[in-house]
Amino acid sequence: MTALPLRIEASGLTKRFGGIAVVDAVSFQAHAGEIVGLIGPNGAGKTTLFNLLSRVLRSDAGTLLINGIDATRRAPHELATLGLVRTFQLARELDRLTVLENVLLAARDNRGERLFDALCRPAATRKSEHAMIQQAREALSIVSLAPHEAKPAAALSGGQKKLLELARCLMSGADIILLDEIAAGVAPHLVEEIVDLVARLNREHGKTFVVIEHNVGVISRLCSRVVVMAQGSVIAEGSFETISRDANVIASYLGQAA
Amino acid sequence: MESYLIAILTIAGIYAVLALALNLQFGMTGLINFGVVGFYGLGAYTSALVTELLGLPFAAGLAAAIAVGAVAGAAASGLSLRLSGDFLAIVTLGFAETVRLVLNNEDWLTRGPRGFIISTRPVPDTLGRDGASLFYLGLVLVLALVAFLVLERLRRSPYGRTLRAIREDDLVPATLGKNVFAYRLQAFVIGSVLMAAAGSIYAHYVQTITPDNFTTPIAILIWMSLVVGGAGNNVGAVVGALAVTAIYEGSRFLMPFIPWLNAEQMSALRFIIIGIALIAVIRFRPEGLLPEPVNLPPSRTAQSSTSQQQYQVTGGTAS
Repeated sequence: MTALPLRIEASGLTKRFGGIAVVDAVSFQAHAGEIVGLIGPNGAGKTTLFNLLSRVLRSDAGTLLINGIDATRRAPHELATLGLVRTFQLARELDRLTVLENVLLAARDNRGERLFDALCRPAATRKSEHAMIQQAREALSIVSLAPHEAKPAAALSGGQKKLLELARCLMSGADIILLDEIAAGVAPHLVEEIVDLVARLNREHGKTFVVIEHNVGVISRLCSRVVVMAQGSVIAEGSFETISRDANVIASYLGQAA
Repeated sequence: MESYLIAILTIAGIYAVLALALNLQFGMTGLINFGVVGFYGLGAYTSALVTELLGLPFAAGLAAAIAVGAVAGAAASGLSLRLSGDFLAIVTLGFAETVRLVLNNEDWLTRGPRGFIISTRPVPDTLGRDGASLFYLGLVLVLALVAFLVLERLRRSPYGRTLRAIREDDLVPATLGKNVFAYRLQAFVIGSVLMAAAGSIYAHYVQTITPDNFTTPIAILIWMSLVVGGAGNNVGAVVGALAVTAIYEGSRFLMPFIPWLNAEQMSALRFIIIGIALIAVIRFRPEGLLPEPVNLPPSRTAQSSTSQQQYQVTGGTAS
């Protein structure tokens, strides 16, 4: 595992809200091809760490390398170009766009998204859009949403919205995907589907995943390595078996025994 | 009567351009611009000053109005776009008010509330009075048509899709690699440019402009046009502008039937009628007369032949 290149290399990442360090000097790595689990009790700082890794929030301290490139001060939209995309804890589908449009939005280097090309080069715009539509349909069929492509995204079920977010991540071509509670609030049979899908994307497409999840079954099945956070810090790290026996981890979930 | 109709159509055409511009900013991109009249008035006065004080032709006035509109749009939005939506609304409102106060008080330049008289006209002298009116109507319709075609092409393009995505939830396009700030800035500037161009044509049409021509009630009429017509729909913006102008101007003809109202009460009544129409539309058809079209995917088999089929959703689909 150590020979594989580092996809994410964060060190000393810190975020304070007021006086409280919600993420406190956290160092975090993900290697190419890994599925890393990120667990911890509510308020541990997991989603805030995701927000720092995706630059949705600016860190107060620390450095961040994505695919070996310094991303510490990049704007959020530059992270997708560096190869990192994410989903959200509450699915953020774009309700009034169709399912296909939601996925098309994630296309990289679509000429028609540039003002000049959209206005002055309609033929080139159409051509690139057609190629993107093919790709978007492939992404939709991977997540089994192909039959729903013409629906407005608002019409999807909660679980389908999570799949839609995953399809957008695939469409972006990014090799690092952060999944924030992708199984939360999803029907059990769909959870199975999502877990299988993530495993397959990892195995066949070489995608690197970081997964925040409260469903222990999902974590144990997917993750080769689990990072445990509590109160803004990493308190344990290792295989699922190791961390599930760790006294600190048990204490953080169940409270300190008297 | 005929010349009156031409005059109304000319004004309706100018309002249609303003509504189309606002549709790009608000309908498609979700940017709240309460300062429509600021950009409109700035374009009018820029064009007036350039033609009257520098003695340049109308085309130069229009070009100057467009340039000033672009700079003002970039400045107003560049300063506030990084903040959340409400701040842009306040900034644009303040911008329009600042423009109005400057126009009112910088007497040496704008002649203040007495009004600025414009003798430069883009019309050939040989046309006569009726011909000139028709010529202006044609000019306004050309501008409206250009604005419509440009904005409709943008709306159907992937560029327009990105704008709509930003309107729905800016965090999503941002995390998918779209430079949200650049898109918003572009959309706002294109809209401001169109508003300033409309102002320029208006100024040379009416030939006397006062700061009172560019006050918030006009901006409200434009907002009503867009909301009634259907935000996000370019045809809707035009239809809305026509409908609002028709109601506003048409209510003049109510005067003989309600003789006990004086002129001032009558003009208030016209706004009341428009207000009621707006409330009725929002209550019974919140998406406007013509809702935003849905871009249906091309069929899988005939993908190359049909680029974009469209149909209209009725009723709200958003949860």
